[in-house]
Amino acid sequence: MFTATPQVRRKARTEAAARTFFALMAAAMVVPLLAIVGYVVYRGWPVLSWTFLTTNPTHGGTQGGIWSALVGTIYVVFLSLAISAPIGVLAAVYLNEYAKDTWFTRVVNLAVVNLAGVPSIVHGLFGVGAFVYFLNVNGGKKSILAAALTLAVMTLPVIVASTKEALASVPVAFREACWNVGATRWQTIRRIVLPNSISGILTGVILQVSRTAGETAPVMLTGVTTWKMIEQTGLFLYHPITDQCMALSMHLYYIQTQASGAPKALPFAIAAVLIGAVLVVNAASIAVRVALRSRRKW
Amino acid sequence: MTTPAPAIDIQDLRLAYGRREVLHGISFQVPRHAIFGIIGPAQSGKTSLLRCLNRTIDFTAGATTSGTVRVEGADVRSMRNVYELRRRIGMVAPLPVGLPLSVYDNVAFAPRAAGVRSKSELDGLVETCLRQAALWDEVRDRLDSLGTRLSGGQQQRLTIARALSHRPEILCLDEFSIAIDPVTTMRIEDVLKELCRSMTIVLVTNLTQQARRLADRTMFLWNGEVVETGPTEVLFGESPRDPRTRDYVRGVFG
Repeated sequence: MFTATPQVRRKARTEAAARTFFALMAAAMVVPLLAIVGYVVYRGWPVLSWTFLTTNPTHGGTQGGIWSALVGTIYVVFLSLAISAPIGVLAAVYLNEYAKDTWFTRVVNLAVVNLAGVPSIVHGLFGVGAFVYFLNVNGGKKSILAAALTLAVMTLPVIVASTKEALASVPVAFREACWNVGATRWQTIRRIVLPNSISGILTGVILQVSRTAGETAPVMLTGVTTWKMIEQTGLFLYHPITDQCMALSMHLYYIQTQASGAPKALPFAIAAVLIGAVLVVNAASIAVRVALRSRRKW
Repeated sequence: MTTPAPAIDIQDLRLAYGRREVLHGISFQVPRHAIFGIIGPAQSGKTSLLRCLNRTIDFTAGATTSGTVRVEGADVRSMRNVYELRRRIGMVAPLPVGLPLSVYDNVAFAPRAAGVRSKSELDGLVETCLRQAALWDEVRDRLDSLGTRLSGGQQQRLTIARALSHRPEILCLDEFSIAIDPVTTMRIEDVLKELCRSMTIVLVTNLTQQARRLADRTMFLWNGEVVETGPTEVLFGESPRDPRTRDYVRGVFG
């Protein structure tokens, strides 16, 4: 039989205390999320309904639903991802699979890191200059495309970073085995590297949906308007190049700070929809990851 | 009648990683259809040497080479089609690597990469290579299962089958037995004796006795220099030319 010496008992106590402390910190992660979601839904409840979601705002945005703003957010977010995802993923494949350590790749990697650190309002200002005026995508006026391009510039470095990480998780030994039998780099990437990193790549890309959906500053300056009267419903409310749109984030900001006569619950209801949309996308991303992970082969 | 060109002819090969030179001007020849053993302790440059042979050294940033490396008479360092070169050399790494593909696709990978599309041709190749690697009987019923799920010894034979799948003229094995059990090792050794009728085999090994069992000629590489090259029975005999060889093969150091 073992008899516990005082030393052993002391160690066991320390171990238990440490474990509890770390577990508490981990549990603390859940608190803000629940608090935010709970509070927002509670305050927005009087306004929240299916009709609120599916009808357009009226009276300068202070009455009615939020459909056109929701659609506007979808337009901006997915157009921006359609631009940034291919560029970011391909750039990351180059950096991780082809590039040697030269001054060029160091400059690119440095640019990626620093681009990720630029504040979003600065991206917005850059977007106005670069896309609205210089590239003139809509005759010097704000447009959905300009906003999407601005968000694309903003999300690119994060997509590059997350894709590089996903690619790097595929063991080097696999690549060497392929090269040893005379496969080119592309054959190796196509047959081995991409199929085994695609779940991580997609996760990184989809997570950018939640980030861009909440951005206000960059889109406010480049393509999102505070109020636009729209009669029809459905998904085709805007022309991506020639129109400006409403968006949830902007709508929330406008109602809370500028508009008068809106019900007190309205900003919270908008916030609840924004959070709900983000959670739906995140859940989809987890589903994709799980589905693709189960096909992982080592 | 001229003597045929050796399978591998290396003259004054130097290799440096950055400023650190790891191969200090080594020269040797490997005759055709021989088993050529390369022995030497860790860090003596054995793996680096093999990587110069099929130009996978190109993937290491900062590696520079000089000297001549000829494979079947062709100058490797100036070769443009490295993929063709790598197909002519089968390479088996120390740790078994089953690609995350089915057993069948593991073996068919190289032929497909080389452009073989015919199903019957691939089927034939896969069976031949798996038979040559003494793995066919164990996996014939589960060619669809993942190569990564095979046992270590099976994966190593799968790696050998893959190395044979592109019909190489030279087969290089880099410490192929460190991750597998002695019985499997003996089976593979029998396979190698069979294979050397149709190809040249370079056997890099930490196990001096393995070289003694298999190799016709053996080279002792130490700290990036060739200490001695000669018939295996001379290196392992009473009087090798260099006293260091005798000490090493008798386990005095290394």
